[in-house]
Amino acid sequence: METKRDMMVKVPVREQDPKVRAANFEEVCLGYNKEEAMAEAERCLNCKNAKCIAGCPVSIDIPAFIQEVKNGALEEAARVIARASALPAVCGRVCPQETQCEGLCIRGIKGEPVSIGKLERFVADWSREHGFVPEAPEKTNGKKVAVIGSGPCGLTCAGDLAKLGYEVTIFEALHEAGGVLTYGIPEFRLPKADVVQPEIDNVKKLGVRIETNVVIGKSVTIDELMEEEGFKAVFIGSGAGLPKFMGIPGENANGVFSANEYLTRSNLMKAFREDYDTPLMIGKNVVVVGGGNVAMDAARTALRLGAEVHIVYRRSEKELPARAEEVHHAKEEGIKFDLLTNPVEILTDDNGWVSGIICRRMELGEPDESGRRRPVEQAGSDFRIDADTVIMALGTSPNPLISATTEGLSVNRWKCIIADEKDGKTTKEGVYAGGDAVTGAATVILAMEAGRAGARGIDEYLSGKR
Amino acid sequence: MYQILKAEKLADKIYLMVVEAPRIARSCEPGEFVIVKIDEEGERVPLTICDYDREKGTVTIVFQTVGASTQRMSDLKAGDAFRDFVGPLGNPSEFVKEDPETLKKKKILFVAGGVGAAPVYPQVKWMKEHGIDVDVIVGSKTKDLLILTEEMEKQAGSLYITTDDGSFGHKGMVTEVITDLVESQGKKYDTCVAIGPMIMMKFVCLLTKKLAIPTVVSLNPIMVDGTGMCGACRVTVGDKVKFACVDGPEFDGHLVNFDEAMKRQQLYRTQEGRAMLRIQEGDTHHGGCGHCGGEE
Repeated sequence: METKRDMMVKVPVREQDPKVRAANFEEVCLGYNKEEAMAEAERCLNCKNAKCIAGCPVSIDIPAFIQEVKNGALEEAARVIARASALPAVCGRVCPQETQCEGLCIRGIKGEPVSIGKLERFVADWSREHGFVPEAPEKTNGKKVAVIGSGPCGLTCAGDLAKLGYEVTIFEALHEAGGVLTYGIPEFRLPKADVVQPEIDNVKKLGVRIETNVVIGKSVTIDELMEEEGFKAVFIGSGAGLPKFMGIPGENANGVFSANEYLTRSNLMKAFREDYDTPLMIGKNVVVVGGGNVAMDAARTALRLGAEVHIVYRRSEKELPARAEEVHHAKEEGIKFDLLTNPVEILTDDNGWVSGIICRRMELGEPDESGRRRPVEQAGSDFRIDADTVIMALGTSPNPLISATTEGLSVNRWKCIIADEKDGKTTKEGVYAGGDAVTGAATVILAMEAGRAGARGIDEYLSGKR
Repeated sequence: MYQILKAEKLADKIYLMVVEAPRIARSCEPGEFVIVKIDEEGERVPLTICDYDREKGTVTIVFQTVGASTQRMSDLKAGDAFRDFVGPLGNPSEFVKEDPETLKKKKILFVAGGVGAAPVYPQVKWMKEHGIDVDVIVGSKTKDLLILTEEMEKQAGSLYITTDDGSFGHKGMVTEVITDLVESQGKKYDTCVAIGPMIMMKFVCLLTKKLAIPTVVSLNPIMVDGTGMCGACRVTVGDKVKFACVDGPEFDGHLVNFDEAMKRQQLYRTQEGRAMLRIQEGDTHHGGCGHCGGEE
């Protein structure tokens, strides 16, 4: 007998059992099937002045696509999303929806908001499985645009420009496209072969060329691209890939890694697989320093490789910058959280290997300029955690290589490229920028929004220039 | 894909390859390096550029087989290709930016140890092209491991060859030749460039510090991306942490913490050993020894 469903709560999403998934790299969240998606879509009130749209950085017409899902018209739903987003299978998985679309959903006032992210993901996965592809433009306008970086920002910008008829080439420094989607976010959150690669292929189907192994500023400069290779405009979406270290004693010991290195070895180089050549140090006792999504990803990767993992973060649980879902998953899998704790020294053995980490207890003081309560050291509270591996996930900043080799391109004091938020215009004519290269490390969807704005800016610039 | 146009064995375990890579050939300078990746499963291996031909669009690399990846690379023949070949990476040698007329007034000594002759070669060649005669010391364990001596002969002002066992040239370490040139022959050097195994660079630096000769070394730490995004290659220079791939690979040798750098080079020794065993013994290796993890 069917019981009446509680419309105040989300249709639950199927997930791998924590005990099982802690030992594999397969996707944790299994997503909705058609019945579940249609049932969840029923919960959408189809608001006239839908607040959720305002919460989406690329303004997907959320109620419109959800109504299509409700009726089972999935190809139509995919079309609605494709008008605004080039990477729905990615964003449905990695966006912090709780602070974006779902955070503004009316249903969320009295109950749980509509599971917009999971519905978007379902539509995107359905499209891929059913061979729905975006339509390529009929003919190009013959104008060449270069996009630097193939992360979410560059892919979005390139896709939009291609749809407008431009001949777009993406230049990528690594040997694979995708940026952080490929080297940073692990398989268990974002499957590479099944999700990332097909979305990149969709951008290629729009006519975008991707040239890998080109380091802009070294292999070729932006000035050379514009003066010698005929590119009429350039979009910089090179991200913020330079890792930070703490500068504490012992940080160069063997066994201390940046999260970027650890994740690059594991995700891009597939070091966790026997048939790949790149090695990865698999510790038994791993300490991850930091509280963002990157820290969660590094910790959960180490766990899957068989380690016991501690996350050390200097503020409290409330201030953890990581997505709520990721923190929840990390805890379920058995990651230990040492909150209000800050490392002061890394200990080494006689051979230069990490043997432990000295941490200091913190308490929260007055709010600082960012509005978060400043952590204050508690005197005499030092204690030791045994560790053979320490992973530093303290954030990243933009690589100065491009700004240093491009005449007339200005950066601020954090080496972020100065660009207009509305159209990505930089201080150099014909050069536009967006994403983490401009804002410093942020989110996938904000990078996509900036890529979209940059494409608009470039189109206005080049169509006015006719 | 990046076509291999020429593959040649220079000495025991040392190979030279000429690779088609027009973008790199057009923009590279002495002192810079490339990263090569054989195929989908391969790892990213950094190698200093040995030579380049801007017109033909080729870059020459020289490598020694030290582990599984370089062993696999050594099997490639002309006509084969690398899946990935990226560069130029790192900074050019400082002198590339200097005025050749100023350089001509300086006495410069190059010291190459083992396969380090390969990265020294384009620097010496650059000097010759700009009319600057430099002294070059090339050292190796034994005669059979000497490489590029004929090419070096053509580019160097004076060439001194030494082998540890005396089977060719002088007998002894490169440091003994430096001492001899400075102390017995009364030579004076304004600057020294030393490239070779970490241990050799360390001892050259200890000596040149005593002799008060400013010395530049090219470091070869473990690297992954080679573009500054991971810090695998970090080294301590003076009291600062530097990433060799973007801040180097050349540094003031008198400020480098060689002991730390050498320890960091050992990081993956166990894994590298296992990978090598798999290649050497293939399917026959099932880890009966119980130490290498082959049974897993």
